[in-house]
Amino acid sequence: MDKRVVITGMGIYSCLGKNLDEVRDALYNGVSGIIFDPVRKENGFRSGLTAQIEIPELKNELSRNQRVFMPEQAKYAYAATAEALKNAALDPDYINDHEIGLLYGNDSSAEPTVKCVDIFREKRDTTRIGSGGIFQSMNSTVTMNLSCIFRLKGINLTVSGACASGSHAIGLGSLLIRHGYQDCVICGGAQEVNPFSVCSFDGISAFSVRENEPAKASRPFDRDRDGLVPGGGAATVILESYESAVKRGAPILAEVIGYGFSGNGEHISNPNVNGPQRSLLMAIKQAGIDIREIGYVNAHATSTLIGDRNEAKALHLVFGDHKPEVTSTKSQTGHEMWMAGASEVIYSMLMMKGGFIAPNLNFENPDEDSALLNIPSKRIGKHFDIFLSNSFGFGGTNSSLVIRNL
Amino acid sequence: MTKQEIIEKTNVALATEFEKDPSLFNPQENLREALELDSLALVDLVALLESEFGYKIKGPEIIEVKTFEDLYEFLLKKQSDEGHLAS
Repeated sequence: MDKRVVITGMGIYSCLGKNLDEVRDALYNGVSGIIFDPVRKENGFRSGLTAQIEIPELKNELSRNQRVFMPEQAKYAYAATAEALKNAALDPDYINDHEIGLLYGNDSSAEPTVKCVDIFREKRDTTRIGSGGIFQSMNSTVTMNLSCIFRLKGINLTVSGACASGSHAIGLGSLLIRHGYQDCVICGGAQEVNPFSVCSFDGISAFSVRENEPAKASRPFDRDRDGLVPGGGAATVILESYESAVKRGAPILAEVIGYGFSGNGEHISNPNVNGPQRSLLMAIKQAGIDIREIGYVNAHATSTLIGDRNEAKALHLVFGDHKPEVTSTKSQTGHEMWMAGASEVIYSMLMMKGGFIAPNLNFENPDEDSALLNIPSKRIGKHFDIFLSNSFGFGGTNSSLVIRNL
Repeated sequence: MTKQEIIEKTNVALATEFEKDPSLFNPQENLREALELDSLALVDLVALLESEFGYKIKGPEIIEVKTFEDLYEFLLKKQSDEGHLAS
């Protein structure tokens, strides 16, 4: 028999704040985490817009021999996971005595890779790269670091699904628990913010160039959107079987009731309508709910022309006359890419627990498709018990999660 | 470079890289224990010394180094072998 999968803890480190309380306040107040970085422009970026995030100083928490293997995004992930474990009341003794898994979304580690190759080319001596290079450069850097630091003994795997990585990590974690393979899995997503990580993305003209108004640059669903703004950080949720959570007296925050996924099978960067639509329908079907029970949709909408349009079409096809509030928190955070699927579950959870929906910033004029949706541009107070969160990625990978309040 | 200069330069570099208090470095102390050098950190020690002193250091050479004093002597000999004149 399938097991119920609940969320017993959360932690976040993003441009909206360094913990759950700060992020909740920023969501409530409609704060933008976007800035203009002149250094990017000086170095040849088409757009100098980015989310602003301070790399956490972990000198007092982790030894030199632990930190030497951690790139930027692993440090974000450590901060988010430490908060999530505390939030879930999971202490080191319990973790040591149980097989706790780790599934984390990450799809690049550009800066250490570049730095290693730079040293190699300059010195012609691989030893000079040092011991950290290999572990920082690998795509699995976040899971290899966190699993060793927190001494995790369950599944240990990085999920690379482009901008749906974090969402797929939560979805896959829920399946492992639902089918009895794991009792508890730490899931999340991490995203590096350094210029190396997004210079090639900038190179395909995907980023907004509304540089004179950084806070207005990320404008999902708005008629005058001109591209996304890169962001990052890390977000962690603790998934657990209901039985395990009850047994250890853990705080039970919500239940993952649906995970849908699909592939577009078409263009590498241009999303379609059918793929996301199938992902949404699969998640809703698995959740076993009436579509009218969904009170809020956290859209993937990144502020790109085609992506937002096609998601709006898919949402309209799926929801029809039922028009739950739809927003994209990327209007505040920019596109947190590998992290986004996990962070947006947390943003939605904070709103669900707080009885509000954060504004879809900069939604001033709808286009033909977003006009069919219910998109609040101002914060609204609303109690809802079920939300749906979408994440889509390059290559046409789609993930949708349905989560119920408990 | 005199031995004293080597000692000072080495201690500053080790203290910075491995985040230790250099005033606690004792010439007879075991280097690996004092600096918490596992096999990977040992790679960083070699990279650090090569960067600081400009010598190519081979793995087997550093394995022979047990104490801080061994390291200072090793670097002094390396300097001599490399044809550098002690100032």
